[in-house]
Amino acid sequence: MNAVIAAPRRHYLNVNYGLKSWLLTTDHKRIAWLYLIGVTFFFFIGGFFATLIRLELLTPQGDLVQAETYNKLFTMHGVTMIFFFLIPSIPAVLGNFLIPIMIGARDLAFPRLNLASWYIYMLGGLFTLAAAAAGGVDTGWTFYTPYSSIYSNTHVALTVVGIFVTGFSSILTGLNFIVTVHTMRAPGMTWFRLPLFVWAHYATSIIFILGTPVIAITLTLVALERLFHLGIFNPELGGDPLLFQHLFWFYSHPAVYIMILPGMGVISELIACFSRKRVFGYSFVAFSSLGIAVLSFLVWGHHMFVSGQSVYASMIFSLLSMLVAIPSAIKVFNWTATLYKGSISFDAPMLYSLGFIGLFTIGGLTGVFLASLGVDVHVHDTYFVIAHFHYIMVGSAVMAYLGGIHFWWPKMTGRKYPEPLARLAAIIIFLGFNLTFFPQFVLGYLGMPRRYHVYPPEFQVLNVMSSAGASILAVGYLLPLIYLIWSLRYGAVAGMNPWKAKGLEWEIPSPPPTDNFETTPLVTQEAYAYGVADAQAVYPSGEPANV
Amino acid sequence: MSDSNLAHAHQFDDAAQQHEASWLGMWIFLGTEIMFFGGMFLGYTVYRGDYPAAFADASNRLDITLGTINTAVLILSSFTMALAVRSAQLGARRPLIACLGLTMALGAVFLGIKFTEYYQKFVEHLVPGGGFGLSGPLAGAEQIFFSFYFAMTGMHALHMIIGLGLLTALIVKARRGRFSVAYNTPVEVIGLYWHFVDIVWIFLFPLLYLVGRHLQ
Repeated sequence: MNAVIAAPRRHYLNVNYGLKSWLLTTDHKRIAWLYLIGVTFFFFIGGFFATLIRLELLTPQGDLVQAETYNKLFTMHGVTMIFFFLIPSIPAVLGNFLIPIMIGARDLAFPRLNLASWYIYMLGGLFTLAAAAAGGVDTGWTFYTPYSSIYSNTHVALTVVGIFVTGFSSILTGLNFIVTVHTMRAPGMTWFRLPLFVWAHYATSIIFILGTPVIAITLTLVALERLFHLGIFNPELGGDPLLFQHLFWFYSHPAVYIMILPGMGVISELIACFSRKRVFGYSFVAFSSLGIAVLSFLVWGHHMFVSGQSVYASMIFSLLSMLVAIPSAIKVFNWTATLYKGSISFDAPMLYSLGFIGLFTIGGLTGVFLASLGVDVHVHDTYFVIAHFHYIMVGSAVMAYLGGIHFWWPKMTGRKYPEPLARLAAIIIFLGFNLTFFPQFVLGYLGMPRRYHVYPPEFQVLNVMSSAGASILAVGYLLPLIYLIWSLRYGAVAGMNPWKAKGLEWEIPSPPPTDNFETTPLVTQEAYAYGVADAQAVYPSGEPANV
Repeated sequence: MSDSNLAHAHQFDDAAQQHEASWLGMWIFLGTEIMFFGGMFLGYTVYRGDYPAAFADASNRLDITLGTINTAVLILSSFTMALAVRSAQLGARRPLIACLGLTMALGAVFLGIKFTEYYQKFVEHLVPGGGFGLSGPLAGAEQIFFSFYFAMTGMHALHMIIGLGLLTALIVKARRGRFSVAYNTPVEVIGLYWHFVDIVWIFLFPLLYLVGRHLQ
C-alpha cells in the first residue's frame, strides 16, 4: 500500500474515464450526476416555455402568440417543470448522492435499478420532447377529460405515455430509498440518529410508491380512450369526467409534497449547519415529514371545490387541507427556533435557506386561503393560484434545490464555488422571484384568470412587473450554471469538510471514494451534534465537555 | 459484474442483508401494483354503483365457462409456483426447473384462453368504440363495463406476460445452477410477484363474470 501514496487519490470521479464508464455506472454518486445533467436540461427547456409566456403577457393583446400556441406553451411549461424537473430534482440528484453516504452505506440497495431509473426518466423525457417537437399538447398539465380524451387534437397520447414512463423512474427511486433506509443503515445509525434529510426523503418515497401508480393508471386510461376508444371518462356513454379529476389529484396533490418535502429536508441540514446548532425539536421535524406524507393523500378534493363535487365533501376536504398547515408550520417554527441564539453565518446556502423560509411561509399561508371554501370560489383559476403554487414550487422547492446544490457542491466535486458570486445570485433570485410572482397575487385577487393570452388593459402594469421580474430571475438562474461549471476546473480545493458541518458525508474525503467508506462507520452520535463538537474544540486536551 | 463469485453484491454486508432488501423491495413494488390496479377497481366500483343493471347485463355476456377454467388454471399455477420456491429452498434443481416450466405452461394456457375470449368479444361486437354492437338505454353503461373489462383484464394479461418473461429468466438461471440452498432469493421474490398477479385475477373474476349471474 505504501507505494501508491504518492499517486493522486482515487475517488469516484477519477476511478475510470470515458462515456461508457458513466452511462453504465451503478455508482449512486455518478447516477446523481446523470440526473443533475438531465434535470438541468429540462429546467432550461421549461424555462424557455416560461420565457415565451411572460413575453406574450407583456401586452394585453395577443401579439407574440395566439391562443392555440399559448395553450401549448403553458402546458409544456407545466409538464416539463413538474414531471421532468421538480419531481426528480432534489430526490434524484441530492438524495441519490447523499442518502447512502448519510446512513453509512456503500451504495443504494439496488444500484442497477437506480441506473435503470435514470434511463427510464430520460426515455420519458424524450417522449415528451418528441410531443413538443411534433406540435405540442394544449390540455394544461392537468389533462382534464373529456377535453384531453376526446376533443383535443394535439399530442396528448404521446405526452401522457412520456409521463407514464417517467413515473416508473419515480417509483423505482422511491422503492430504492425505502429499502436502503430500512436495511442498510450502518451500525449505530438508529432511526432517530438519521439526518432529517433522510427522514424527508423517506416520507417522499412513500408518496412516490403510493401515489405515482395511480397517476400511471389514470393517464393510461386517458391514452386508451384516445387510442382504442374505451369510454371510462366519456360523458356521452354515461362516464364521469370528474372521476378523472379525483384520480388525477389523488396523485397530483401529493406530488406537490414530493416537490417540497425533499426541500424541507435540505433546509433542515442547512439551517443546522449555518446556525451551528442542532435542529430544534428533531423528532417533531422528522414526524412532521411523515405527517405531511399521510395527510397529503387526504386533501385532493380542494382542487375541485367548483367542479360540482358534493359540498359536504368540500367541507371535509377544506378542513383536512388546513390540517396540512400544522406539520408544515411545525417545521417553520422549529427552523426559526434553531436560528434563535445560533451562531449564524450568511453563506450562499444559508441565504437560500432563509429565502426558503420566508417564501414558503407566504406560499403556505396563501394555501390556507385557498383551502377556505369561500375564498377559493373567488380566486379559483386565477393568478392568485398561480402565485401561490409558484411560491411553493419555485420560491421554496427550487430555492432549497439550489441551496442544497451549493452546500454539497464541494462534496460532489471536491471544489468550492465562488462565494461572492453565489451570494449575489441568491439575492438576485430572491428579488427576481418576488417581483415575478408577488404581482400575480394581486392580479389574481383582482380577477385575472389563468391560462389566457389576452387580458384587460388595466392589468398591464402588474403583468409588466411580473415579466420584468422573470428576466431578473433568469439572470439569477443562469449565474450558477456558469460559475458552478467554472468552479469544476478553477474552484479552490474544498477539503473534506469546508463547512465544518456534521454528518457522515463530511467525514469522508471530497470527492468520496467509489465505496464511500473504507470501513463501515460506527455511529455513536445523534445528527447535528454541533454543540458537542464546539465543546471539544474548546477543550482540545480531552477534558469533559459538560464541566 | 466481477463479484459473481461472491455470495452477495458489493453494496451489502452479507447475504442475509441482501435477501432482506430484495424481499422488502418486492413487497414495496407489490404495494405500488395494488395502487395501480386500485385506480381501476375504484372506477369500476363507482360505475357499478351508478349503473347496476347495465353491469349485470353486460357481465352475463362474458363466457362463464372459460372464465372458471381460467381461474382454476391460474390457482394451479400458483400451486406449482409455490412448489418451485420450495424446491429452490431445498436446492433441488430438477424439480425446480420442472415446476417453473409447469407454471409457465399454465400461464400460457391462461393467456391462450384469455385471447380466445377476446376474439369472441370481437366477433360479438362487444369491443368499445364505433363498432359496439349493443343498443338500447343500457348500451352506454355497458360500453363502460366492457371498457373496464378490457382495461383490467388487459393490464392483468400484461402482468402475466411479464411474469412469463421473468420465469424464463429463472429457468435459464436454474439450468446454469445459479440457485442453491444458500441463494434462491430471485425464485422467492418472483414467486411473490406471480402470486400477486394471481390474486388480482381472484378479484377480477367475481367482479367481472359473476355480477349478474343470479339474474339469469
